[in-house]
Amino acid sequence: MEGIVSSDAAENGQKRDQPVLEVRGLTKSFFGNPVLQDASLTLHPGEVHGVVGENGAGKSTLMKILAGVYQRDSGTVLLRGQSVQFSHPTQAHEAGLSTVFQEFNLLPDRTVAENIYLGREPRKGLLVSRAKMNAATADLLESLGIGSIRPTALARSLSVAEQQIVEIAKAVSYDARIISMDEPTAALSGPEVSLLYGIVQRLSERGTGILYVSHRLREIFDLCQTITVLKDGRIVGTKPAAELDDASLVRMMVGRPISAYFPDKLPAATAAESPAAAAGETAAPTPLLELEGAGNDQLDGIGLRLMPGEIVGVAGLQGSGRTELLHAVFGAAPFNRGSMQMDGRSARPHSPRQAVRQGIALITEDRKAQGLSLNQSLLDNALGVVRAVFPGRTSSVRREVAGSFSSLEVVARDLDQEVQYLSGGNQQKIVLAKWLAVSPRVVLLDEPTRGIDVGAKVAVYRLMRQLAAEGKGVLMVSSELPEVIGMSDRILVMRDGRLAGELPAGSTEEEILRLATGARVPGAAPEDGSTTGGTA
Amino acid sequence: MTTTRSAARATPTAQAGGFFARLSSTQIVYLVALLVMIAGSILVATTGRNFFSPGNISAILTGTSVLGFIAIGQTLVILVGSLDLSVSYVTSLASLIGAGVMANRSENVLSAVALALGISAVIGLANGLIVAGLKVHGFIATLGMGLIISGYLATNYKGSFGQTPFSFRLIGATGLGPVPISTLIMLGCATLVILMLHRTRIGHHIYAVGGDRDVARMSGVRVPGAVITAHVICSVLAGMAGLLLASRLGVGSPTVGSQGGYDLLSIAAVVLGGTLLAGGKGSVVGTLGGVLIFAMLDNIMSVLQINPFLKDVVRGVVIVVAVAVYARRTVITRPPRFGHGGHQQELQP
Repeated sequence: MEGIVSSDAAENGQKRDQPVLEVRGLTKSFFGNPVLQDASLTLHPGEVHGVVGENGAGKSTLMKILAGVYQRDSGTVLLRGQSVQFSHPTQAHEAGLSTVFQEFNLLPDRTVAENIYLGREPRKGLLVSRAKMNAATADLLESLGIGSIRPTALARSLSVAEQQIVEIAKAVSYDARIISMDEPTAALSGPEVSLLYGIVQRLSERGTGILYVSHRLREIFDLCQTITVLKDGRIVGTKPAAELDDASLVRMMVGRPISAYFPDKLPAATAAESPAAAAGETAAPTPLLELEGAGNDQLDGIGLRLMPGEIVGVAGLQGSGRTELLHAVFGAAPFNRGSMQMDGRSARPHSPRQAVRQGIALITEDRKAQGLSLNQSLLDNALGVVRAVFPGRTSSVRREVAGSFSSLEVVARDLDQEVQYLSGGNQQKIVLAKWLAVSPRVVLLDEPTRGIDVGAKVAVYRLMRQLAAEGKGVLMVSSELPEVIGMSDRILVMRDGRLAGELPAGSTEEEILRLATGARVPGAAPEDGSTTGGTA
Repeated sequence: MTTTRSAARATPTAQAGGFFARLSSTQIVYLVALLVMIAGSILVATTGRNFFSPGNISAILTGTSVLGFIAIGQTLVILVGSLDLSVSYVTSLASLIGAGVMANRSENVLSAVALALGISAVIGLANGLIVAGLKVHGFIATLGMGLIISGYLATNYKGSFGQTPFSFRLIGATGLGPVPISTLIMLGCATLVILMLHRTRIGHHIYAVGGDRDVARMSGVRVPGAVITAHVICSVLAGMAGLLLASRLGVGSPTVGSQGGYDLLSIAAVVLGGTLLAGGKGSVVGTLGGVLIFAMLDNIMSVLQINPFLKDVVRGVVIVVAVAVYARRTVITRPPRFGHGGHQQELQP
């Protein structure tokens, strides 16, 4: 650990102009594919520098080279004027550069303090001093304004937001002069994001230089003074945030303006094609899905209807029971009271298998852990559900899969490529293709656009519109309020495992937040991170 | 450690309810041990004998010491995310080296012990290097090492070998009241290992590497160091078990370890003690509880003169039921996604 006090005001004053980090001409290829070409950027003390770009643009690679996880092919990295080359993350830490990676890096069965000081446990003599470690952790968390997290709590017992904050605390604890954060808010919602804002601002005031990677453009504009845009491994440009707005930034990122970010509704398919319309009367069509007083350990009194051709958004804070609702409908954590009907017939699936047989699909929140077998091929993944539940249909579906890949614009070498080598957006498309293969009537989407790039997001939105036009019902959980507002016909808001209320299409973010948080309206708290164009 | 864990769990599990959910796995092990003890004392009483007689207590504790040494080491190896299937062969080898070098002469005891434990350590070092350096999973690496030692033993020793002097045999035969010296030595080793796990960096790193190797590496932990340390200590403890057997039998034997089935039994005791087979979570204290349960079961069934094959059935049932209970608990103690008075609330402005 370095002895230099980073908050020393005089030093900051003198060295404001000397960059803490200069990257020049960084180049990196994997197996002959260039992923980063001639990338350069400069970071000053106390500066929050946004790095944006579509998935696969090279942001994570840049972060990982700086952190010592990957080795650069060529180029230079200057840390406070000194050329450095890290071959291991520890070296980067020692030099004062810490990284908060996108994947969670905590040990669930160790305490907060043990996680933060892993690898450099404070000692008294030869023995580790738990007292010292816990005290240092408490001080550290206090200095970041989050003294509510106990140093002795197991990481497992923390909420996702708290875990993310502990990771940032860990990065800070290396006496970092530079912290790079890769999508730090990907798993956070509303108030939790504002907590992160506070931490970033504190660090910036102390003179820490921050590289901030995010897909949420509102955060970039809220936090960053400078923005660097990457596209296809090259730097498109670096500009002061003040000179940019949503539209110009998106144009730099994708190289073209996105005209219809949230696509318009498609005309409904003809009555003959829509099974529900054919079966029911025109005046009162049968709901595809209907819940009444449904509940389980984590949900209570859930009543909702999903009509054919409808997209219903489900909003709520992290932990309000949104995901649990989808899991209950899907039979993964079934309801144990109340009624659930599909097409007017009682149906309460007790396992995902039964749910799939009844025509329900769930696109899970965590695609890597629950949506894909990462070391299997595109084709095997896409056929996963069909093979498991409707083995008889496999051969006919196999022929359609290639078609659904091309209509979803999946970018991959061939059908045999392992999905772990695809970008996040393409992986999500594979998950969607897997579920489309069983022709579900009710599609449950949990954070369908988390961590995927703008282009892939639009593809997901188009698909949702198309499903609705085919008379299917879509229930979408999302933390991104612009997305909920932009796509939903109706918006359900959850709080503490219950439905707090329903809002019509076109409601504002403020109305949703008021329901989601109950009486306590966080006046100045930033709403959920906006992505491109949501409020432009 | 145990206290920290139960304290941390108190909040999330309070609302989940359920008696088992509120107990740490270590507490469950000892609760089960208590139940076995009560059931045992009743069953033994029906035969007209006393479960708690000094003689019987001494017999049970004697039964804990050999398996105890091996299971403590196995705990370390499992915590770090590996396994050691070579322990029972190391035990046999150590008994032969010990008894062979001693050759019934008291003045040779020290050098024999040093040599037996030294060779055990070298085997552990080899295991650790193969696992950490060559990236062979511990299961395979130590299975291979076990076969190598087993082959060496079978070729070079046709039966018992050497002889331990009277002074050394006392270790296996005497005790403080009903507590055998061997059990005290085993508990001493357990204390040292517990101290190492909780109060030294290498101990913390063993937990970290077993929890997630990449996280540990990225945090600057020297992963091979933790793996090798765990394997060396495990082998040395298996060597001590071999010396203890030599002390009891008076001779070294090429089959004393494998006949005891210590490899799988020690893994069972570790898992019964609440340690995750995948590593990263568990405790030596729990393992000792598992060892105690096995020792008591053995004792009760011997006293009741139960068919030895049925003994294995009972052991098997205990292992499966225990692990099923833990699996169920893991589901219950999953952190709540939301709660009334849970962590989320604290965070909101």
